[in-house]
Amino acid sequence: MPRLQSPEALESIRKELASKRDSQRPCISVCAGTGCIAAGAGEVIAAFKAEIEKQGLQADVDTKGTGCPGFCERGPVVVIYPEEICYLQVKPQDVVDIVSQTIKEKKVIDRLLYVDPTTKAKAVRESDIPFYRNQRRTIIGNNIKIDPKSIEDYLVIGGYTALAKVLFAMTPEQVVEEVKTSDLRGRGGAGFPTGKKWEGARNAPGDTKYVIVNADEGDPGAFMDRALLERNPHSVLEGLIIGAYAIGAHEGYIYVRQEYPLAVENVTLAIKQAEEYGLLGKDILGSNFDFSVTVHRGAGAFVCGEETSLLMSLEGKVGEPRTRPPYPVTKGLWGKPTTINNVETWANVPLIINGGAEAFSSVGTEGSKGTKIFSLVGKVNNTGLVEVPMGITLRDIIFEVGGGIPGGKKFKAVQTGGPSGGCIPEAHLDTPVDFDELTRVGAIMGSGGMIVMDEDTCPVDVARYFVEFLTDESCGKCVPCREGIRQMHTILTAITTGKGKEGDIQRLEHLAEVTSTASLCALGKSAPNPVLSTLRYFRDEYEAHIKEKRCPALSCKELIAYHIDPEKCQACMICLRKCSAGAIVGGKNQIHVVDQDKCTKCGTCFEVCPPRFGAVQKISGEPVPAPLPEAERTTVRKANTNE
Amino acid sequence: MDRKQIDQIIDKHHGEPGSLIQILLEIQSEDSWLSKEALEQVAERLQVPMTRIQHIATFYKAFSLVPKGRHQVHVCMGTACYVRGASRILDTVQEVTGIRPGETDQDLKYSLETVNCLGCCALGPVMVIDGEYHGKLMPATSEAVLKNYE
Repeated sequence: MPRLQSPEALESIRKELASKRDSQRPCISVCAGTGCIAAGAGEVIAAFKAEIEKQGLQADVDTKGTGCPGFCERGPVVVIYPEEICYLQVKPQDVVDIVSQTIKEKKVIDRLLYVDPTTKAKAVRESDIPFYRNQRRTIIGNNIKIDPKSIEDYLVIGGYTALAKVLFAMTPEQVVEEVKTSDLRGRGGAGFPTGKKWEGARNAPGDTKYVIVNADEGDPGAFMDRALLERNPHSVLEGLIIGAYAIGAHEGYIYVRQEYPLAVENVTLAIKQAEEYGLLGKDILGSNFDFSVTVHRGAGAFVCGEETSLLMSLEGKVGEPRTRPPYPVTKGLWGKPTTINNVETWANVPLIINGGAEAFSSVGTEGSKGTKIFSLVGKVNNTGLVEVPMGITLRDIIFEVGGGIPGGKKFKAVQTGGPSGGCIPEAHLDTPVDFDELTRVGAIMGSGGMIVMDEDTCPVDVARYFVEFLTDESCGKCVPCREGIRQMHTILTAITTGKGKEGDIQRLEHLAEVTSTASLCALGKSAPNPVLSTLRYFRDEYEAHIKEKRCPALSCKELIAYHIDPEKCQACMICLRKCSAGAIVGGKNQIHVVDQDKCTKCGTCFEVCPPRFGAVQKISGEPVPAPLPEAERTTVRKANTNE
Repeated sequence: MDRKQIDQIIDKHHGEPGSLIQILLEIQSEDSWLSKEALEQVAERLQVPMTRIQHIATFYKAFSLVPKGRHQVHVCMGTACYVRGASRILDTVQEVTGIRPGETDQDLKYSLETVNCLGCCALGPVMVIDGEYHGKLMPATSEAVLKNYE
């Protein structure tokens, strides 16, 4: 492939590629994202390839492993083009039917379609499924259409047009101005205006400047950036090159966690392809602009998501934060002006250039423009990656897109912003997704983790969980963070294990204040948020743990006991057989009893007890009822006709 | 890994001290741990003091200073898995293997680690053994899964 020397050459290659593609040609695209692969998508792709070959259809049908469309809950997801028929939870044994019926005879297979849980209506196309219908997928929408390992796929859908536009029709200042006008705010969590950051770096004195993609996505339960980098790496790369041109940088880095091997692989390949096409390297598209990118793998430290720690790590040092100011825009990598933006922020840039700042800012709220990607996970029916317009309410995300809470349970709270964020209860569910509104209710937008909790989730334990995470991840450089978080963890552990004392809540509040005020970087400053927000909305649950040694959510292991209701037990032996601790005493026609000394509280008996019996119960804050005397345990099982 | 291979990795990075982390990552991914000899060789070639290498090798989670077991067990403790009961899975795994996160058993059979999100939250709670995903686990099923690895 000779390097492209002009924007016209780019357009002509795009036309040539597009002309070779027949939009009516059948294509089977299977999601090859991590969720679907874990659910068996690899076997499904292999089965399709084998079946197509067996039927001699190689010449007429394409099979593609594509990017994540987001509906992980029902993976593996298969979409058949050109009809756009969407099949869910496809197994290798379904492949023969799909090829012989859908591909050859154009017949839809009913059993693989989405069924609406309430109306029972079936949806043939992706766009008919409520999970998708309520989203606005401007960034991740292309994922399913392209093979991330193919730059040609990206070019066909209009890739690198924004780059050509800025290089030949805009000055760097105009690019900065356009991004400023769009009101794009950083998607990594803090929401700093991107254009302002770029302007700072552009105006900073010095000839050597750097641009960096922060792909050190570390929040537990968040995987938006990985999906983008794995599934549409060129969109991030294009944004980065545009940013480099705007601020005047000739070198860039992609800092990506080594825990994301596929992202490393795909983005490395994307860089190589872009170089071959002349979209990276010297004299890009004949514009005289030079820019090169290096992939740097992070070695596993949450704090490196913080920009100054990331810079230290890039320089080959231990990832400990530096004091700010000076900010990286004036003094960043190797002391030079540096712009660091999150993956999703970079991916938004080509959209702004192509569609214009006004179109971009027409979506969203006063203070937050565009769309935001969330990983919607936890106790929610439709787990997955969702992209929604700013301003949508949390209720709509959880109940319309997410399909509500599974198992008829009651919603309790939603946690946004990961370990730096907070829990939002039912009363604030109508809060719009907006940087400032979420801060007002004690949470943050964060990078996009959205964890739904139901009545069985204990907010005190969730706070303890995040603080434990941060105890491990605090780099230890400054005392308030290192010690403050550790002490909060000690108190929270005591509370959740029934050793909470009067005054613990006040001690937590005091520690939280000191830690957030005196810590050096954002990790420590935001570390108390999970504690403070749960205290704000669920103080009564904290008090129940401390005063009554009771966990209202029946979740904290040390505060609960499992008990078998002798009235309900049918002596069916299921729990007895499944108990790995041998803690259930009983036998055929002998009512079962939990031996509290042996019980490890793993909860297996509670889960396996048939719901029609519901004999195993969790209790907290009250003594376990004395077991029936052995002589009275004999029971005659209810006849099956009663069931 | 012999001295020659380590030299090749260092040469690939032009022996730059700034590439220290990348060099250690490559040695780690070949060998699954960093031996004292390997670290000493890196120190000598890059002219970086051993204290700094130790600092880095102990700071970042990706590095191990002890050999790993035959089976790498990763229990996801990401928030989504956690609210779906991951700690009960971890308890069971610890009981079956007799080791805690970060440890390797004496027979070098299992190495246990916790991870903070594998990005397949729909399958939570999830455990990955040698790259193979096991989802929607319960304590009893996780015990059965582990017993399949010899």
